Amino acid sequence: MDKDRVDQIIDKHECEASSLIQILLEIQSENHWLPKEALERVAERLQVPLTRILHIATFYTAFSLVPKGQHEIHICQGTACHVRGARRVLDTVQDLTGIKPGETDLDLKFSLETVNCLGCCALGPVMEIDGKTHGNMAPAMIADVLKKL
Amino acid sequence: MSEIIFQIDGRVVVASQGMTVLEAAQKAGISIPTLCHHEKLEPYGGCRFCTVEAEVRGWTKLVASCLYPVEKDLVVRTRSQKVDRIRKMILELLLSHAPDAFELQDLAKEYGADKDRFEKEPSFCIHCGLCVRYCAEVKKKNAIGFIDRGTRREISFIPEIASKECWDCKECFPLCPTEALQAAFVLTKALAFSLY
Repeated sequence: MDKDRVDQIIDKHECEASSLIQILLEIQSENHWLPKEALERVAERLQVPLTRILHIATFYTAFSLVPKGQHEIHICQGTACHVRGARRVLDTVQDLTGIKPGETDLDLKFSLETVNCLGCCALGPVMEIDGKTHGNMAPAMIADVLKKL
Repeated sequence: MSEIIFQIDGRVVVASQGMTVLEAAQKAGISIPTLCHHEKLEPYGGCRFCTVEAEVRGWTKLVASCLYPVEKDLVVRTRSQKVDRIRKMILELLLSHAPDAFELQDLAKEYGADKDRFEKEPSFCIHCGLCVRYCAEVKKKNAIGFIDRGTRREISFIPEIASKECWDCKECFPLCPTEALQAAFVLTKALAFSLY
């Protein structure tokens, strides 16, 4: 992500220190992660110490300080999904992508995370890819879903 | 400024509006033990070790004296069975993280805390925030901060800033009750100072 784009986002929020989280969220959603240079630029422009930005960026799981894949896969491990076989869905995704929860593959194609509840328990087991919810997942269906990405 | 008259441990204490119970007690020569308090820093209320019983209009509650403002007719008890029990528990929990900290060991003797009550989880830092706040509030360098949250929260130097500012300062070192700070500094120095 180039410096100009970071500056644009900061300008959009009128360089307000109180908009720090909004700015970070916007960088995160465009870039999929928060590069060090971007954080330093935000710190410099907003006059917020880098220690505070890092505190916030490591506090919320929405932010990532390491590169994330193009597609973010969230697999629900909540109680309802768990009893309907979320574990097997997770195992299948791990086998197909070759990564464990919290990891990103080398081509930066997929990032895998487990989530505690996506809020649509009736659809369990649920998998969310790039914000799109895939309900009633059976391990056999997963390969198709991932291929279509 | 208006004067406020209240009681600490049965003694009548005069304080001015806006003071905290801890400040008033210290001024009157009554000692309340603290871990995260520092006179140059803003009150933090992180360790809860300065917890006291505060009685207002017949209701007793437990408050952190470093944050609680004085008020008229307040009755404060700095040592009661309940307060001692809370401090003992805080010490035992902190000692599972930093079993060798002298400051904690001395307090443990006073409150009868058993340092082996809980399983050891040596993270050494007790999250008093003295180093982080001193660097931010007094030195205004922000070379060290907290990262992560909950049980994984820890202090972390920013090597770019630390490699420039810390050599001639190190004023936070004597503040650390556990020496976790010194360890974090040595680690940052070894891993990252040569990069900047």
